[in-house]
Amino acid sequence: MAYSEKVLDHFKNPRNVGSLNKDAKNVGTGLVGAPECGDVMRLQIEVDEESGVIRDAKFKTFGCGSAIASSSLATEWLKGKSLDEAASIDNMDIVEELALPPVKIHCSVLAEDAIKAAIEDYRQKNGISVDSKEHATA
Amino acid sequence: MEKRRLIYLDNNATTPCDPRVVDAMIPFFYEKHGNAASRSHQFGWEAEDAVDYAREQIAKLLNVEDKEIIFTSGATESNNLALKGVFEMYAKKGNHIITAETEHKAILDTCKHLEKAGAEITYLKVQEDGLINLEELEAAIKPTTILVSLMWANNETGVIQPMQEIARICEKHGVLFHSDATQAVGKIKTHPREIGVHLMSFTAHKMYGPKGVGGLYVSRKNPRVKVTAQMDGGGHERGMRSGTLNVPGIVGFGKAAEIAMNEMEQDAARLSRLRDKLQTELTKLEETKINGNVDSRMPHVTNISFKHVEGEGLMMTFNQNIAVSSGSACTSASLEPSYVLVGMGLGDDLAHSSIRFSLGRFTTEEEVDQAIELVRNGVNHMRELSPIWEMYKDGVDLSKIEWSAH
Repeated sequence: MAYSEKVLDHFKNPRNVGSLNKDAKNVGTGLVGAPECGDVMRLQIEVDEESGVIRDAKFKTFGCGSAIASSSLATEWLKGKSLDEAASIDNMDIVEELALPPVKIHCSVLAEDAIKAAIEDYRQKNGISVDSKEHATA
Repeated sequence: MEKRRLIYLDNNATTPCDPRVVDAMIPFFYEKHGNAASRSHQFGWEAEDAVDYAREQIAKLLNVEDKEIIFTSGATESNNLALKGVFEMYAKKGNHIITAETEHKAILDTCKHLEKAGAEITYLKVQEDGLINLEELEAAIKPTTILVSLMWANNETGVIQPMQEIARICEKHGVLFHSDATQAVGKIKTHPREIGVHLMSFTAHKMYGPKGVGGLYVSRKNPRVKVTAQMDGGGHERGMRSGTLNVPGIVGFGKAAEIAMNEMEQDAARLSRLRDKLQTELTKLEETKINGNVDSRMPHVTNISFKHVEGEGLMMTFNQNIAVSSGSACTSASLEPSYVLVGMGLGDDLAHSSIRFSLGRFTTEEEVDQAIELVRNGVNHMRELSPIWEMYKDGVDLSKIEWSAH
């Protein structure tokens, strides 16, 4: 199976590989997938507490080229977005951008799950209600 | 810039044709284009002679009689013919067939088909090293057992089954023994009569011959084995396999057998040295595991798991330079890891992390050296990217993590 140019580019030059301090209050971490399934993604966001905007994003992924490219792309997209904007990233946006074939759609689903898990982690840490989607004065 | 040749380390998938094989085949596409079944003219006689000669070349390699070789389109057909043909021919004797979980799909899917037709199939488990348990095999035999089908060498791991011991058990219980020897013929000594194998499947394209031609050895005496034909037609190949013979392919197959007979030993010695070098160097990396019994294994194969790195991703780091295959089936429609490795008790995570390296006659030491370098860099690169490698390095017990299945 041939990979698209964009997948190859992200695979060869992955953006934002690394780790943020998972214990920091303004960092949200999402760890999704399982080694038994052949892919694990860890996606982290660092949120500017004043503006609620994602300042930095990092990932590490165990998986195939499409999984790595999906998470790399996700970190690019996350930077500069508000949490609500980030939460609205849809896996099909990733499929489209990377031209993923049907057998690789699960990679994009995993990336969306990772984004949502990271946001959720941040919100929980900061006592932000997910329903109101607004800063709660905890 | 000089384009570097892609290093081919996937010889268990298929081997390139030996140029001597192609040279032998070419006249049979042109001036010697006859149908081996045409009895009335020179073209037919010439083609028939060429097929007879090829049959002899193959029979010599296997140390059997030439009449015991049936030509087919490949090992998948040979396996189908052996299993279905024996099942139908010996229906009065019984309906039970014994095989193993780590067989090739051509065996397993044929068995599934036969189950629907009323066969009872026992799928033996294998031990951690990939070998079957002989006591389990013997215990599985019952009065209705007509056939034991076990591969000579495994395609994914190169593990060689204890053929002699299996044959003895079959002999003792009067059960026919078929072996899918696709990965072994032409690479190591495979003499079915000597061992006590009654039917044996093999193919040209795994031994430097062309694709699209294979063979089935069917013992003619002690015991005289017959299989029911699976295709109706002109009654070629002693009535067991109808269809115009693939004359150029068969000529190439014969030539490949002749070359194998003369060069097998030296090839095996050279390749096992190169394979050992590759394996030794790559297992110097942390957290690696060789899959399969290393003492009963094909000389040119090694299957290695690189923990905490996913196989397909790893391959992508070097697939511009090296061609190998992975036990992680993420590339195919199914996302299941190799059933062969899982059957050996390997966890799915390790199966997803495995790479099969299979060397061949045209592999050079320089290529092996380059491969070592490229794979090592690839593993290190992928581990830098791997969250589970980081966790492992931080001393996290990965088995204690609640992973979100998806």
